[in-house]
Amino acid sequence: MQPLTNRAKQVDRRPMTLAEKLYLPAIGKGMGITFKHIFKRKATVSFPDQTREFSPVFRGLHILNRDEEGRERCTACGLCAVACPAEAITMEAAERKPGEENLYREEKYAARYEINMLRCIFCGFCEEACPKDAIYLSETFAPANYQRKGFIYGKDDLLIPDPKAQGK
Amino acid sequence: MTLLSIDWFFLIEKILLISVILVLSLVVAMYATWGERKVAAWIQDRLGPNRAGPMGLLQPLADGGKLFFKEEIIPTSANRFMFVLGPSIAMVVACMTSAVIPWGGTLTIAGREVSLQVADVNIGILYIFAVVSMGVYGIMIGGWASNNKYSLLASVRAASQIISYELPMGLALIALLMTTGTLSLKTIVEQQINSGVYNAFIQPLGFLIFLICAFAECNRAPFDLPEAENELNGGYHLEYSSMKLGFFLFAEYINMFISSALMATLYWGGYGFPGMTSLASSLSPNLITIIGFLALFIKTLIFIFIFMWVRWTVPRFRYDQLMRLGWRVLIPLSLANMLITGAIELFRHHS
Amino acid sequence: MGSIQQIIFMVLSVVALASALGVVLSKNPVTSVLCLIITFFAIAGHYIMMNAQFLAVVHIIVYAGAIMVLFLYVLMLMNLNAELEPQKRNWLKYAGAISGGALLVVLVAALRDASMPALSPEANEIGLIHNLGLALFKQYVVPFEVSSILFLSAMIGAVVIGRKD
Repeated sequence: MQPLTNRAKQVDRRPMTLAEKLYLPAIGKGMGITFKHIFKRKATVSFPDQTREFSPVFRGLHILNRDEEGRERCTACGLCAVACPAEAITMEAAERKPGEENLYREEKYAARYEINMLRCIFCGFCEEACPKDAIYLSETFAPANYQRKGFIYGKDDLLIPDPKAQGK
Repeated sequence: MTLLSIDWFFLIEKILLISVILVLSLVVAMYATWGERKVAAWIQDRLGPNRAGPMGLLQPLADGGKLFFKEEIIPTSANRFMFVLGPSIAMVVACMTSAVIPWGGTLTIAGREVSLQVADVNIGILYIFAVVSMGVYGIMIGGWASNNKYSLLASVRAASQIISYELPMGLALIALLMTTGTLSLKTIVEQQINSGVYNAFIQPLGFLIFLICAFAECNRAPFDLPEAENELNGGYHLEYSSMKLGFFLFAEYINMFISSALMATLYWGGYGFPGMTSLASSLSPNLITIIGFLALFIKTLIFIFIFMWVRWTVPRFRYDQLMRLGWRVLIPLSLANMLITGAIELFRHHS
Repeated sequence: MGSIQQIIFMVLSVVALASALGVVLSKNPVTSVLCLIITFFAIAGHYIMMNAQFLAVVHIIVYAGAIMVLFLYVLMLMNLNAELEPQKRNWLKYAGAISGGALLVVLVAALRDASMPALSPEANEIGLIHNLGLALFKQYVVPFEVSSILFLSAMIGAVVIGRKD
């Protein structure tokens, strides 16, 4: 059979030499290796004090964006839900009432917008599909939870804080 | 001051010395747990405990506190008396060994010569053997009283392992005793200081056998079959909880400390250090004694490190391999060592 | 010197006798073994009182450290349920009592006529390893070597039994 990699190695089945039978040289060699490891750089990242850098293309938790005036950008077109390969996004659309222009940018908005973070594969297709630049993938990951329903993120989890309210 | 024909100062001095040595071995054992975790971590490219205190130095206190406050569970089907007796024996026996190890020369305090050895009996080595052979009772009784198959299996393993490895250990020691001609540990140390040659160079094979047997006697990896976590669920202390478990673990570390000190004493010159005889004229004897004690302590710590280093390098033996190593390799080897040593000694005495 | 040694002697004797009784009387064989170990320790204490340190330590190593471990080893592997224990026959009890009594009579008869002189100072030193070694290898070298042949034959026997075929 053709070997898959060129790293295959024939097993040595020759009888052991005296040095191998003594076993002590092998132990000495092993102890040398472990001793060298004492001085090697440690692989540990002391997490709470020191966090590991994410890669620049890291895709983490979703956020729902607002525009400069603090209005929700999402118009509940459903393109993200269609694009989602894991079918993690559900939404319910509603019509903007008069007097809500300062809340929603478009005439239609998402009354309910849920992402199941247990289903989501963080592929970022929703981000690409969105015509209104409303959904983005941030650089954090979903924290642990005791229950499944804690992983279904609603609008209040996803929406970024209002920049105008923030300013006050 | 004599009452009941006892020298009370002598008694007080010895009691003080005993308590100091006990506290010392307990502290060393405590910090050996910390050291073990640190060494294991370093060898595996980790950092080890570093949360409790600087460098994790308060970790042993935290561990001990945790063990004390854990719930004490005695299985209903266990033999209650024996169940408590097991860890107690293990702990007491582990602490008893330190009595005959000479921790240093003599200190002169207020005109009294205070020897840093609890008892300079002329059969020091045999005393250690006697006490070590008692150590197996703690494990056996503990394992049997738990009324658990795994524990029983572990204590059976422990008993046969310790008995098997006591033999080559004793034979290796006999070869050493032939060269020294004494059983007193203090005399052995003084001979090494005076001649300047450590016994490890006279008896390299004997030292190696002794080292291997010490690993086995302390139930340390690669001979930790009695407490093999992944085949016996923890072995003889499977049913133990709280400080009774702590006693078993502690006894192991005290044993490790004592056997390291013993190896340093028997084979590496004890409290002697290079240049001791030349320094003796210029420094005060008390200072020499203290430096000697520190030298022994450093040697002991090096041996403890070797114990840990081996544990995190060499994988556990299979049980039949263990027995084969003990009976088929170490015993003939130590017999041959004894024979050669005897022949050389005979030759030396006749020429 | 008298009083403290006497106190220790009394304590050791009481411990030895009590634990020896415990060996015979206890229902649980493992407790019996433990009592026997305590007896050995008390006897080793007596040896030390007689300045025979070597004998004391060897007594502990050989009896308490090796033989009793094997005893315990065997006992632990037996099923020690009280219900499963076979009923002892009555005549066995009588036979035991008679043979034990006979042994007692023999011992008393033997010890009654034996003279027990106080230990002389030089006899006090015989238990130390130096003197013991000299005695064994000079005065009693032939019996010593003969007994070593006994051990050798036992070892060879063990090897023969332990062989696979």
